[in-house]
Amino acid sequence: MSRPVLNLLRVSRLPIFTQLHLEEALLRATTDNWLIINDGAFHPAIVIGISGRPQELVHCEEALQHGIQAIRRFTGGGTVVVDQDTVFSTLIMQGSSLPQVDCFPHPIMAWTEKLYRPAFAAAGCPDFTLRENDYVVGSGLKVGGNAQAITGRRWLHHTSFLWDYQREHMALLRQPAKAPKYRQGRQHGEFVTRLCDVLSPHRGRQALVQSIAASAAELGFELQERSLAEAAPALQHRPLLLGSKLLDLRSFAASAVEPNSNSSGR
Amino acid sequence: MALRVFGTLALGKLGLQTQVMQAAGTTAARAFATVVQGYKYAASHEWAKVDGETATVGISDHAQAELGDVVYVELPDVGKQVKQGETFGVVESVKAASDIYSPVSGEVVEVNQALVDKPGTVNTSPFQDGWIIKVKLSDKAELGSLLDADAYSKECEKH
Repeated sequence: MSRPVLNLLRVSRLPIFTQLHLEEALLRATTDNWLIINDGAFHPAIVIGISGRPQELVHCEEALQHGIQAIRRFTGGGTVVVDQDTVFSTLIMQGSSLPQVDCFPHPIMAWTEKLYRPAFAAAGCPDFTLRENDYVVGSGLKVGGNAQAITGRRWLHHTSFLWDYQREHMALLRQPAKAPKYRQGRQHGEFVTRLCDVLSPHRGRQALVQSIAASAAELGFELQERSLAEAAPALQHRPLLLGSKLLDLRSFAASAVEPNSNSSGR
Repeated sequence: MALRVFGTLALGKLGLQTQVMQAAGTTAARAFATVVQGYKYAASHEWAKVDGETATVGISDHAQAELGDVVYVELPDVGKQVKQGETFGVVESVKAASDIYSPVSGEVVEVNQALVDKPGTVNTSPFQDGWIIKVKLSDKAELGSLLDADAYSKECEKH
């Protein structure tokens, strides 16, 4: 039996807004499987989930002063700050390529752990795991944000892994109203960790990017390298309604919620 | 709901079991996915309750159980034209935005605004208070392509 094809697109410094449009186009306008790895965003951005309220999730005035772009994405989940030190990994899958994975949130998440756990182990981190829908290492340190979109018999799961981050940017996020139990009231700096502190600071990032692709091959896919030029035609499909949009935080700054005492995000 | 196969709620060795309930809406224990007699169902787990020229639409108990806690429902605008089998909204749960598909074609005449503040109603009352839209039907013949409660139950029990 032939293995399902997984198109592998490896890019670097693709702007996150462009990445989100490309992802959604590939999800909605094709029936192909894709693994997209974007090693670093072009510039910093705050990316909010489909239902997030910026005034509750972001210190809007401060973000405006920093000149950081805010984006609403088409997937669920929380708010992240991304920049050149974020490693993005996106899976776009036709359900029939993974018949053992039901197209619902929990089965999809459980399957992604099967991809990322060996990838992290190969890159030098043997205790990567999934906990309450978050990817964590060690004693419960979050290493990135993830979210999904499910449409028809296709699904998309994307992750922003924190190779490194800037504290002043992370401080632009308000603490969300709901936190996972494993956070146990920890302050942001004790809850989230940088992968450069977990993996080899010199080779770990490249190793992680390479091992994610290798892990996908081990899961039974036939990887075929693709270029951005080969992926981009999906954006020309008509009709194509894309859900990711730029947000003008000025319209939310006026209705900002009073800050909590703990003002970190994630 | 967007679904490759009907998801399973593991119940020991039995897999998913469904229990057909009367349209009065008595609710079984949460371990069983319920269906309501008299409703029509799409393979994608939406239901339609027809009343004259209008149908009320929501997602099934099976779907809400598989989705998990619903935290957001993106509702269409009143007046929007919907088409059978095409997406008309989004349900968010467990970090996932899942498209929902209209089981009927027509014009949206009402949306359930209560879901804006209480999206979890989709979980607690999928067949009653958790309805999502009401549609003025443009082609009642389409109802023939939908599943009745027994057929939908059988589909759910396959997995």
